[in-house]
Amino acid sequence: MNKEFKASITRAVNDANLTGALGKFSEAYKVNRVKAYEGIDFEELRGRIAEIKSDAACDLDRLAVTFKEKAEALGAKVFHTKSPQEVKDYIMKVAREGGVKTVVKSKSMATEEIHLNRHLLDNGISVAETDLGEWIIQLAGQTPSHMVMPAIHMTKEEVADLFSKEVEERLSTDIPRLVKVARNELRPKFLAADLGISGGNIAVAETGSIVLVTNEGNARLVTTLPRIHIALVGVEKLVEEFASVAPILEALPRSATAQLLTSYVSIISGPTPNDDGSMKELHIILMDNRRTEMAKDPKFKQALQCIRCGSCLNVCPIFRLVGGHVFGDIYTGGIGTILTAWFDELKKSEDIQGLCIQCGNCTQVCPGKIDIPELIMEIRRRLVLEKGQPLLQKAIFGVVNNRKLFHSMLRAASVAAKPFSSGKFIRHLPLFLAELTDGRSLPAIAEKPFRDQIAQLKQPKLKEKAVFYAGCLIDFAYPEMGLALVKLLNKAGIEVVFPEEQTCCGAPALYNGAYEVAAHNAVDNIKALLQEDATYVVSACPTCTVALVHEFGKTLEAVGQTEWLPEAKALAAKTVDLSTLVKKLVSEGRLSFKEGEDLGKVTYHDSCHLKRTLKVFEEPRELLQQAGYQVAEMFECDMCCGMGGSYSMKLPEISAPILQKKLKNIKETGAPVVAMDCPGCVMQIRGGFDQDAAPIRVQHSVELLVERLKD
Amino acid sequence: MFEQFKTKAVGVGAEVHRFATCAEAVGFIFGFLQNEGVTDAPGARAVWADSPILDGSAAATLPRHPGLGFEVTRELAAQARIGISQVDWAVADTGSLVQDQSAIEQRLVSSLPSIHVALLPTGNILAGKVALFTKINPSTSRYIAFITGPSRTADIERVLTIGVHGPERLIIVCVDELGGVNQ
Repeated sequence: MNKEFKASITRAVNDANLTGALGKFSEAYKVNRVKAYEGIDFEELRGRIAEIKSDAACDLDRLAVTFKEKAEALGAKVFHTKSPQEVKDYIMKVAREGGVKTVVKSKSMATEEIHLNRHLLDNGISVAETDLGEWIIQLAGQTPSHMVMPAIHMTKEEVADLFSKEVEERLSTDIPRLVKVARNELRPKFLAADLGISGGNIAVAETGSIVLVTNEGNARLVTTLPRIHIALVGVEKLVEEFASVAPILEALPRSATAQLLTSYVSIISGPTPNDDGSMKELHIILMDNRRTEMAKDPKFKQALQCIRCGSCLNVCPIFRLVGGHVFGDIYTGGIGTILTAWFDELKKSEDIQGLCIQCGNCTQVCPGKIDIPELIMEIRRRLVLEKGQPLLQKAIFGVVNNRKLFHSMLRAASVAAKPFSSGKFIRHLPLFLAELTDGRSLPAIAEKPFRDQIAQLKQPKLKEKAVFYAGCLIDFAYPEMGLALVKLLNKAGIEVVFPEEQTCCGAPALYNGAYEVAAHNAVDNIKALLQEDATYVVSACPTCTVALVHEFGKTLEAVGQTEWLPEAKALAAKTVDLSTLVKKLVSEGRLSFKEGEDLGKVTYHDSCHLKRTLKVFEEPRELLQQAGYQVAEMFECDMCCGMGGSYSMKLPEISAPILQKKLKNIKETGAPVVAMDCPGCVMQIRGGFDQDAAPIRVQHSVELLVERLKD
Repeated sequence: MFEQFKTKAVGVGAEVHRFATCAEAVGFIFGFLQNEGVTDAPGARAVWADSPILDGSAAATLPRHPGLGFEVTRELAAQARIGISQVDWAVADTGSLVQDQSAIEQRLVSSLPSIHVALLPTGNILAGKVALFTKINPSTSRYIAFITGPSRTADIERVLTIGVHGPERLIIVCVDELGGVNQ
């Protein structure tokens, strides 16, 4: 990661105004969004939107032709172009021919994308942004930090300073008064402007209409008062039918700002008369700038389903810490990373793609149903293909790729690493053996890994068998979790089999774009885990479970090793996470817990992969209750703990504050125990409390459950 | 339908009134102009854009009010404190008003003054967008406007502030006598 980028992160996380404003907003947003969607079947709605947008993405060129035909029949002029430079030239031509001296603009990301303001100013045309947030950052000489709320990073004090300079009068920080100042300053600009430039939230091919969605009313003035109106619209805003406007309007304001509808929506179909009786000159520019190329890419096509609501930013644990500027100067957050990689260039996304911790929060709220984390992984994969793996990573994954070497190094670490951080090669191992980070202690490597302990363990001979996939953390750092699992399953009449050849699940490699390494891991594991004839393959690590259930197949497909797909499928079908299996065994009456004792409060932390990929969140809670605990929910129980595998090593400056927030939420429940189903989360949170010295027990659910087994 | 509409509209900061007859509604509006101190002075005037209600019997009985004009230009609208118009539809589930505003006068009176008074046939309150989209037609209406509450922003520190570029008050006057599809 480049130094400048790292420095921008450090600046952002230490900017109390920024993290305060974003943090407060994101916490409130979550609650308000749910309220805004009350009575609406969000899954059904987003299914429809995804379909409408996906159909349109398949057919952008035809829709553009239809749109042009329809809008021109109504008297608009439509210019369809691939090139941002041609957009600028066209706008300058319109401006010159129309004798334009001043321009008012309503918010348009497409104009930001091509740096239109700079171009107009360079050509002697004065431009006023009229969206309040955009005007603030224009006066400040900055770029937007959020797609919907461009000036969210600024305080009222900063705004008061800016406005004071503008009106040459010392203004107080009274927000309604500042808003009034903006109204009074911008009103004459609206009335005097020759040209209004807007974007477009939707463009309807069938009717040649553009739809504008705003709250302030500036778009109404921009499209009404000047005698010329230019709308710059990305072609991905095209939809086929007028009827498609309704579902998008249903979702856009709810997802963007948790409003049922914005104050204003304008549907413009062709030019309308000006107040002097002349006809308005209406130009609509359909800008491609690599969008149709994107539509032809089987992976990235879905990114065109974006309706630009910004909800992926609002729920992102990283975005709310660092804000938009770290992401670059145009599109920000999760979707912004993807758009930057395409509309700008892949290389530009090299650093920012690393900001994604793969927690999956955005996939739950995206009204276009875009799998943003997966697309970011695809960017990683392509970067690695294009530029190769960074040297250090290459060395690490070289080791992971060789199970025997990898495991012997892990064993060596347990003996040699005291003090832990000093061994030279240790730091070159992935995950839990990498550098120490602030705010969290790392676990010692177990003296005897799980694989050695189970070999000596006497299990009853039982008819039903389950293969245990331990994963590196349980195998080498937390073997006690594995032993607890064995005890639970034995009690239910299941013998646990541990194939020695199992190795790393490949997640670390995969999440770093090293697909070849991940595929190698997948094949090794498929061979090892399928050799036993067992009812289940069980894992107590959600990231490993996701690898076995979802990623192996996808990874093998991505690298073209399709001969392994049937086995990958068979493995996926047998694989189950611990809580789901135990819950099933309890329901079947094969397992029961001691009764009649109140164990007090426990709070439960939902791990990202378990909650959002495997959709398991009720089972562990029910089990804890059945074992005698009262579950006291913490605030944001399913927010990422900041671990994210090697993420916490690469970006400790982001991981640490996320962890601190999690620790605070846990403490506020007053529960003396926090349970979770992921050894990675245990490592992160236990390490955090160790430094914090809070007397809170951090346990994997399996350990709490095994304590309560009926004798 | 009216009650749901009212709740939602009030929820986003609009003021909602309902009258049985056009005469009562017009009476309310003139009282409102009086209370708001509308006079024939810059910044204190009112403009009333062409409205179906003005064509009916109420028009004949329309009193005069100093400062109230029926001619709408950008200058007059920009100078006015109150703009009055009649909208076509309302949507109950979001508290929105919908109007074909292809005529620029309709946009000027509803966007430049700081108070917008919107007359609405009570019988044209529709349940939601599905019903609405069967009524509006972009091939015959070049500028379809949805108005939901007053102009708002939260661009400074996420503090909701009313009245940025558009009206800071939206007064909705529902009139039963104006008929509508539901009657």
